[in-house]
Amino acid sequence: MVAGLVAVTRRDLLLAWKRPGDVLNPLFFFAMVCTLFPLAVGPSPEQLTFSGPGVLWVAALLAALLSLNSLFLGDHEDGSLDQLLVSAQPLPMLVLGKTLAHWLTSGLPLVLISPVLALTYRMPGNVMGVLMLTLLLGTICLSLLGSIGAALTVGLNRGTALLGLLILPLAMPVLLLGANTVSLAAGNEMYTTGVWALAAYAVAAISLAPYATAAALRISNE
Amino acid sequence: MTAKLSGSDLTLIRGERCLFEGLSFALEPGQLLLLEGENGSGKTSLMRAIAMLLSLESGEICWNGEPVLSQRQEYHGALVWLAHRTGLKGDLTLVENLRFENALRPQNRIDIDEVLSRLGIGRLKSLPVRSLSAGQQRRVALARMLLADVPLWLLDEPFTNLDRNGRLLVMQLVEEHLDGGGLCVMAAHQDVSVDALVKRVSL
Amino acid sequence: MWKWFHKLASPPHFYRLAATLIPWLAVPGLMLIAYGAYAGLFVAPEDYQQGDAFRIIYVHVPSAYLSMMAYMFMAFGGAIGLIWRMKLAHAVGAAAAPIGAAFTFLALVTGSIWGRPMWGTWWEWGDPRLTSELILLFLYFGYMALRSSIDDTAKADKASAVLALVGVVNVVIVHYSVEWWSSLHQGQTLFKEGGPAMDASMLYPLLAMILGFTLVFGALLARRIRTEVLYRERRTRWVREMILSPEGGK
Repeated sequence: MVAGLVAVTRRDLLLAWKRPGDVLNPLFFFAMVCTLFPLAVGPSPEQLTFSGPGVLWVAALLAALLSLNSLFLGDHEDGSLDQLLVSAQPLPMLVLGKTLAHWLTSGLPLVLISPVLALTYRMPGNVMGVLMLTLLLGTICLSLLGSIGAALTVGLNRGTALLGLLILPLAMPVLLLGANTVSLAAGNEMYTTGVWALAAYAVAAISLAPYATAAALRISNE
Repeated sequence: MTAKLSGSDLTLIRGERCLFEGLSFALEPGQLLLLEGENGSGKTSLMRAIAMLLSLESGEICWNGEPVLSQRQEYHGALVWLAHRTGLKGDLTLVENLRFENALRPQNRIDIDEVLSRLGIGRLKSLPVRSLSAGQQRRVALARMLLADVPLWLLDEPFTNLDRNGRLLVMQLVEEHLDGGGLCVMAAHQDVSVDALVKRVSL
Repeated sequence: MWKWFHKLASPPHFYRLAATLIPWLAVPGLMLIAYGAYAGLFVAPEDYQQGDAFRIIYVHVPSAYLSMMAYMFMAFGGAIGLIWRMKLAHAVGAAAAPIGAAFTFLALVTGSIWGRPMWGTWWEWGDPRLTSELILLFLYFGYMALRSSIDDTAKADKASAVLALVGVVNVVIVHYSVEWWSSLHQGQTLFKEGGPAMDASMLYPLLAMILGFTLVFGALLARRIRTEVLYRERRTRWVREMILSPEGGK
């Protein structure tokens, strides 16, 4: 069972290694969106501290969305999606492997650079920890949710717009939980509820989303 | 081995068009099922339906007497699918591609190097697949087929992009596979001369 | 039971059944709405807090309720279509989506009009119901966008069914997370849980409106399914025979 997961994860990481640009683009995008906000709303420190958690979270959501479009696209174009669908290994595990590789190359780097950007928003150290924790859990959820959307739109050539329309309403609870948890932490209030809720969401997504994605892939590859 | 593939009363509709209706076949070990027909007659669709990549409007495909829908994993474990698009990753080297293939079938212990030298592509093994010619990529796909070591081969236009030697090689491989009790379904618009029991379906 | 189910699922049978059903749904539905509108707008007394503004609940509550109901039709239709490969069920989903989106939109507009005198603003982000309703509208848009971007009907049916099912899980999560969120921001809700019971003269028109809206929804849905069935079955013999028959497709 796990053989398929490991094999696909390794292959996709190897592919990402050979094309580092695909990994870096969403990161640059993330950084740029975070730069846009202070330019638009002004550099006043109070405002930045206040809007920081929300801005960072929205930027992370958009960056994750941007990278999702390519999740199954390459496989669809070169025919290896067909091979995955007729594989001797269970498809949900292969899908989970692909999503894991995708998260390791898009979600995790985002979590890792988020403190740098949070610094420019004058976020204190302990809040930064909460930000990273929520982003860690949140990007897992987003990658998994996104894999469903990416699977549904894989053969369609409608680009990111349709994917956004499908995924963003689904991702809203994640954004809401994540950003508000960080805000609570910034206001020195109890924030653990949000963290637990995100963790529960992530567990549910890990156990359910691969099945939905597998079903969606079989349908859209017909 | 009592491997047996059969389809009964298959009907497939794509969009507005009915590609085939009430089609049946049965295939025993050592037999080749040849799908013949013009371009666009539904050969590839039938192949994809046999591989469970397309769902049928009606009818049932059975593997060892049981409907494939009820045993997807076992059935997919017993087949290999070779299509027009090779399913190889251009960025990865030849041997990286095949290692991935082997990792998906952990119980297989076939040596990659042996298969590669058999197909005459051993010296290309550390080149990225992208840099190979179309015919060479085709041979890599054949290597994957041999590595899989399964009873049922589904070959959709296996001769595409191959030179005369390549075509002879494919026929030889198919013959050996059938001699060993394997089954093969092939869609081809060239004439195929294989020394085995050939059943034909005309679409 | 099973036989009945299969008969219902046969397109020509359903096509005819729906035709006889529509007036039986539409006429009582419209009558109930007429009664509810009259009793709600003219007979029921003013609310002691909200004055006449409360009267918009006679449109708002049924719309909000139907916006959820239509989504359930979509999701159940999709599930039945996927599990039992029943094409008619997919047609139900396809037919329900635009109606559901329309009711969602209506619920949003009436909610916002209601909010104007209550909150002094057209839109109050702190209200969890309005926010959930807005996300529901986006879910409808996603569903319809996915459907319209896939050319093959069978494929569009299955893909959108998966999306609708994922959406159902999401609706629940949205509901709870938005509640939690608005509790952080001291959101103001229009309904107060455990408030004073509604007077009968206000309640009965509301119940009549809810039932009336539901019946009209049923009629609209049946009407749209008929169209959907006719379009999907346009190549079949029964459609051709029906159109060429003297009654001309009645």
